[in-house]
Amino acid sequence: MKVTPLLAGIGYAFLLSPLAIVALMSLSDDQYLTFPPHGFSFRWYVALAHNAAMLEAARTSLALAATVALIALLLGVPAAFALARGAAPAVVAGVLAAPLLLPTLVIGLGLLMVLQPLGLVATWPGLALGHLVVVLPFVVRLMMSAFAGLPPEMAEAASTLGARPWRGFVLVTLPMALPGLIASATLAFLVSFDETVISLFLVGPRLVTLPIALFRYTESRTDPLVAALAVVLIVLSATVVLVVDRLAGFTRTIARS
Amino acid sequence: MRRSTGWLLCAPALAALAIAFVWPMLVLLRMSLNVTDESGVLIPAWSLATYKRLIGDSYNWGMSWDSLVLSATAATAAVLLSYPMALFLFRTHSRWRGLLAVVAVAPLLVSGTARVIGWLVILGDHGLINAVLSFFGLPAVTLINNWAGVRIGLTESVMPYATLALLAGFGRLDPRLEEAASTLGSLPIRTFWRVTLPLTAGAIGAAWLLAFVLSISAFITPHLMGGGRVFVLATEIYDAATQTLDWPAAAALSVYTLMLLFVLGGAKVAISRRSAA
Repeated sequence: MKVTPLLAGIGYAFLLSPLAIVALMSLSDDQYLTFPPHGFSFRWYVALAHNAAMLEAARTSLALAATVALIALLLGVPAAFALARGAAPAVVAGVLAAPLLLPTLVIGLGLLMVLQPLGLVATWPGLALGHLVVVLPFVVRLMMSAFAGLPPEMAEAASTLGARPWRGFVLVTLPMALPGLIASATLAFLVSFDETVISLFLVGPRLVTLPIALFRYTESRTDPLVAALAVVLIVLSATVVLVVDRLAGFTRTIARS
Repeated sequence: MRRSTGWLLCAPALAALAIAFVWPMLVLLRMSLNVTDESGVLIPAWSLATYKRLIGDSYNWGMSWDSLVLSATAATAAVLLSYPMALFLFRTHSRWRGLLAVVAVAPLLVSGTARVIGWLVILGDHGLINAVLSFFGLPAVTLINNWAGVRIGLTESVMPYATLALLAGFGRLDPRLEEAASTLGSLPIRTFWRVTLPLTAGAIGAAWLLAFVLSISAFITPHLMGGGRVFVLATEIYDAATQTLDWPAAAALSVYTLMLLFVLGGAKVAISRRSAA
């Protein structure tokens, strides 16, 4: 049956057309986002590299995503280990996944109402806390399946040979779960780096993340700078995913969850 | 491992979510019981006045209905477009299968704003579609800052989820049944209607509901593609929270949206139980 591939092709074309057009328009030589471009150049990438506000936002986003990923691993890995070994009731796993069931808009609004009176809006702790809500569930879920996939014999052997539980965990279990750890850290970084809606409530004039800078720019202006910035964001995500896929089978982990 | 150790290991994560998630949700619920006076000043109270004000305003009923219709439209279009993709990925033995599967869900990892920018260029007044139309001497069409643009952008943004849900539900589709039908002389189209479609009906239902729920929750696409002229639940909540600064109204609308989502979530669980039985 040749109809299915044809219809699938239409679906793919529809799905990928906005990304393809963004890539094309980022090379436009025009002053505005008009199609077709009258010429091609790298001028908007150059403009992006000289845009102080965007560079500052990029630095903020990179540092924030790295911080949030680290905190999420520190909090999520022990919980995932306990859950995978059946040492905590399964309902805890459900509770830790709960934020993914609610719209980020509502979570962001709730956080605004809590953090505003405390003077924590537009601060690093406030933003990190907001991102942690949506990052932690992914880390717990990925690490649970990573720990569950490990053969328990190795940890048992370590314990038989006299290793204390803590030592066995650090020297045996954790190194074996390294692919899962890398995948979790990557996903945590990407989710935080791309997070837009919660951040919208928690940023301020002095503290802006890159997705928010892109969002505000798109609201007010339409020049190819936004396309160039979008391409930078896409390339960064794609590179991280591809590298990690080679290292740890990232897409398999996603597909299973 | 002992139970007490297990709880100890879970405690930091649970504490973090209690502070950053449970507490804000309780504050949101509490906020919806406060009231605002005519000048917009917040008055602490334990009252359902804000809910009554929102329910009494016919504007909100229209806006709420528009949200549901928009989400149903986007969910239907997304499932229609994703179904052949999922079916193709499920059946193919091509060595590109892995790559094509990744490409189908890759937009999930791309900022929603970046994809909206792409649609603005395709659908805009000086965009791709209008350039093609003017090339053929046809009149221009307005496809952004209105419902049409939001429908198109939203459809695309929920498609990867629909594809994933469809693929997850295709487990019951045994290719041997389709082969048997065609061996017995059934035409491909008849095999599809009588064998493939009934076997994947559960997956279609689950994917549609997921796409519907995500469409109601979506904010970036309606806000940016609608250009401030499309009003749905999500944009109303945002505007009440950040523009009119009517926090009780924003909170009450959020609670209303959450109740809507819980009802739909219950329906989704019921459907997946039935199709699993």
